[in-house]
Amino acid sequence: MLKDEDRIFQNLYNDSGADIESAKLRNDWKGTKDILEKGREWIINEVKSSELRGRGGAGFPTGLKWSFAPKEVGSRPHYLVINADESEPGTCKDRDILRFEPHKLIEGCLIASFAVNAHKCYIYIRGEYFNEGQKLQTAIDEAYKNNLIGKNALNSGWDLDIYIHYGAGAYICGEETALLESLEGKKGQPRLKPPFPALIGLYGCPTIINNVETVAAVPTILRRGAKWFSSLGRPKNTGTKIYCISGNVNNPCNVEEEMGIPLKELIETHAGGVVGGWDNLKAVIPGGSSMPMLPKEICDNMKMDFDECVENKTGLGTAGIVVINNDQDIIKCMARIARFYKHESCGQCTPCREGSGWMWRMLERMAAGEATPDEVDMLFDVTKQIEGHTICAFGEGSSWPVQGLIRHFKDEILERNKFDPVVKKQKNIPYLVDQHLLEKENA
Amino acid sequence: MSVKKIHKKQPETFIFNDKSMEAANKIVSNYPDGKQQSAVMALLYIAQRQNDNWIPLQAMKYIAKFLHMPYIKVYEVATFYSMYNLSPVGKYFFQICTTTPCMLRGAYDLVKVCKNKISEKENVLSDDGKISWMEVECLGACVNAPMMQVNEDYYEDLNDKKLEEIIETIYQNKTPKPGSYSGRINAEPVNNRKTLLGNKNA
Repeated sequence: MLKDEDRIFQNLYNDSGADIESAKLRNDWKGTKDILEKGREWIINEVKSSELRGRGGAGFPTGLKWSFAPKEVGSRPHYLVINADESEPGTCKDRDILRFEPHKLIEGCLIASFAVNAHKCYIYIRGEYFNEGQKLQTAIDEAYKNNLIGKNALNSGWDLDIYIHYGAGAYICGEETALLESLEGKKGQPRLKPPFPALIGLYGCPTIINNVETVAAVPTILRRGAKWFSSLGRPKNTGTKIYCISGNVNNPCNVEEEMGIPLKELIETHAGGVVGGWDNLKAVIPGGSSMPMLPKEICDNMKMDFDECVENKTGLGTAGIVVINNDQDIIKCMARIARFYKHESCGQCTPCREGSGWMWRMLERMAAGEATPDEVDMLFDVTKQIEGHTICAFGEGSSWPVQGLIRHFKDEILERNKFDPVVKKQKNIPYLVDQHLLEKENA
Repeated sequence: MSVKKIHKKQPETFIFNDKSMEAANKIVSNYPDGKQQSAVMALLYIAQRQNDNWIPLQAMKYIAKFLHMPYIKVYEVATFYSMYNLSPVGKYFFQICTTTPCMLRGAYDLVKVCKNKISEKENVLSDDGKISWMEVECLGACVNAPMMQVNEDYYEDLNDKKLEEIIETIYQNKTPKPGSYSGRINAEPVNNRKTLLGNKNA
């Protein structure tokens, strides 16, 4: 288990308050000016050598992303956008950062905006987190009052303004280009890439978009050194991560742990174990609903980091761990996730808009045992038609979990959906029965 | 994309009151010159708050003029995002999360209670007109499942009994207290906390 002193988010459970005085006791805003004085190059290199990877799901190296911003500001200003549109089912880590550690985020915004040459920072918070946004606004006001941000922040000569922009309940706005569209006051429909936002982003200007947890971790990394951060976890998968453990566990919770902690240890130690014991485990979704679920055999030995998850044909994603035990109907669970994607598809690309609905309806029938055995392969085929044929990664996000279900629980689906309407006609579902055969029989 | 119904009875006019106007001007100043369209989402919220939690068509027209943008673009935004109500909702607007993490912990029991105690169908006002309810997708408080949002507040760690109590409280003209209903603090593991104990006891 990670030592308490190595945890970045000391106030994860709000033991001491989120105001600036308490935040300063937790070393926030300590030596921030010295960090800025070391210069842009140093900051980016330090973040690079800490091997911090984006915590929003894709795991892109943060230092590398920052280095994509043009070195000199041309005719177009640069922007920093913080993605706090946390809507991935199973994930609720950013919420706790926004309400309990807002100063870490604001300090991170100052450092990040300095590193990417931005004087304006927008924080895009999902509309449902209204109260959390208000708490962040209070913290921003405190920071302005203490000259931590604003004109000539910390007397470093750097100007930074931070604004909050509320979303309005669209999951797709967590996709970075959809987020930019939404920020510009349009429907949140993703843009084609390239051009990438680092060159042409918000209002056509260079824009760097980071997740809340990523940016909030940066000040601590720079204060304690990249070496400290990269000594945790293993190469390419360094540092700590907030895991959200929900579903059928005895004590669902958020907890910050080292990258690469075994999944079993995480669930047994912090979440009080699976309801009904480890043997009652059916499957785990390791990284928010977009990531394929894993059966118990793999969960027994898997470690939670980016690369090991990929080896097991899933992904760490946002580290929102959803535990499903044997009391649940796994097909029904997947059907509900498919319904989520059907509801949240933005409707721009046909494969996703139509396919997400098909997947949902097929899974609902499979859960009810009304599908034919052939349809399992057909469903797999549908997922393959969506994956890779859409503008944004929503297509993958909606089809991968269905593929995960078929990969690991195909037998269970087949077990439940045995009947063949043409030959045996066990059930009277007219649209599944070949009408010509019916006529022959009646003739 | 959510299916939205425009309310049949629309008010004839809509303008911002002083408080809304002040808030709207402040929001518009957050964005660069000429990019005032960015404020449309915030302005729709302001209109919604002013108009008993729903947005009439006249408000969209008003906002379009306010921001110098086409009406259809405002309409697009208002219909695309699920948090804009285009027809009246109850004074207490229950949004029950039923996505998988909440479903695993019994969110559909909450839906049953809503059907019994509020109204048989979603988005229909209760008999006394105070409450309406609907199922929504993940609200991002999965470790506190099952949960719901009432207007702006989260009610967490619920079960059917506790939800019934909340509804009864509202019927007695009192506002129930938001937060966790299992007695735990925020997102910490109940009775099983093993981290940051130094901070807790400090």
